[in-house]
Amino acid sequence: MGSGSSPCASCKLLRRRCAKDCIFAPYFPPDDPHKFAIVHKVFGASNVSKMLQELPIHQRGDAVSSLVYEANARMRDPVYGCVGAISYLQNQVSQLQMQLAVAQAQAEILCIQMQSEPEPELPAAIHPSLMMDCDTKSLLLSGSNYTGDFGDQMPHLLSFSSSNNNVIQDPLKRESLWT
Amino acid sequence: MPYTRCAVCKYFRRRCAPDCVFAPYFPNNNPQKFICVHRFYGASNIGKMLEEIPVQLRANAVESLYYEAKCRIQDPVYGCVGIISSLHQQIQIAESQLAKARAKIYFLDAKFTTVESTSSLDKSLIHQNRVDYVLDDPFNTLFY
Repeated sequence: MGSGSSPCASCKLLRRRCAKDCIFAPYFPPDDPHKFAIVHKVFGASNVSKMLQELPIHQRGDAVSSLVYEANARMRDPVYGCVGAISYLQNQVSQLQMQLAVAQAQAEILCIQMQSEPEPELPAAIHPSLMMDCDTKSLLLSGSNYTGDFGDQMPHLLSFSSSNNNVIQDPLKRESLWT
Repeated sequence: MPYTRCAVCKYFRRRCAPDCVFAPYFPNNNPQKFICVHRFYGASNIGKMLEEIPVQLRANAVESLYYEAKCRIQDPVYGCVGIISSLHQQIQIAESQLAKARAKIYFLDAKFTTVESTSSLDKSLIHQNRVDYVLDDPFNTLFY
């Protein structure tokens, strides 16, 4: 409640006096009653209060947001809740990793093919000195500009990770889905 | 058969009724499972949730609640939402890598096609030169 004007959403729902140091007040403002209602339905007010009390103040906002997210997921899917979303996303990651492995293999094959592309064969009966004039010779040497090194031409493509790179990284908790 | 209480009724030290809603999912040989789930959801809420779900899906519901509770124990701030966030990031990275790999394939394929057509052009030019010299060489010395 803090300001002493109106009770927070939790105290309003629970029909009790909203104390000055109400633990819910900073996170469940009176203008959004649904937020607390859904958290209370899934977790229960006393459990949420205990969870918040165990956390430092600067982390409680994020904790409430994650609880609201989980509660919403559980309301949408009473059987699987957030676990359904995790399962779906893990499946997506697996599929993308497979596609990436295939694409990287294809790129490697193309690289190898480019490097092993033989020089155009000369018919044995043609005398080398009579083979071509200067213009034709220069066309051969300049037109075939593959050297197996694409670094100068497409530097940004070579910066992609190798097939041994582990796409799965350590869970990062900084990014919030709700911000 | 000796009377055994489920983990929930044992926790609350009460008689476990034959139609106890918790009994099939919280056996007494695994008390930790209920303690974990009870810590975040409360027995009353779990009971209400189970009653709203068809019987054949209740086991899955309990397992998902247990999973989320374990995630919340490991990460009291974000719980399993931290895992979801991490998976979203992994998907973004994988999609970016896939786009780069496909761009490289497209580029290499285009180069490969250019090299092949250049090689074909050179061969036809050489062939043309050979024909000219054949016409100018009455003794066919070029073929020996």
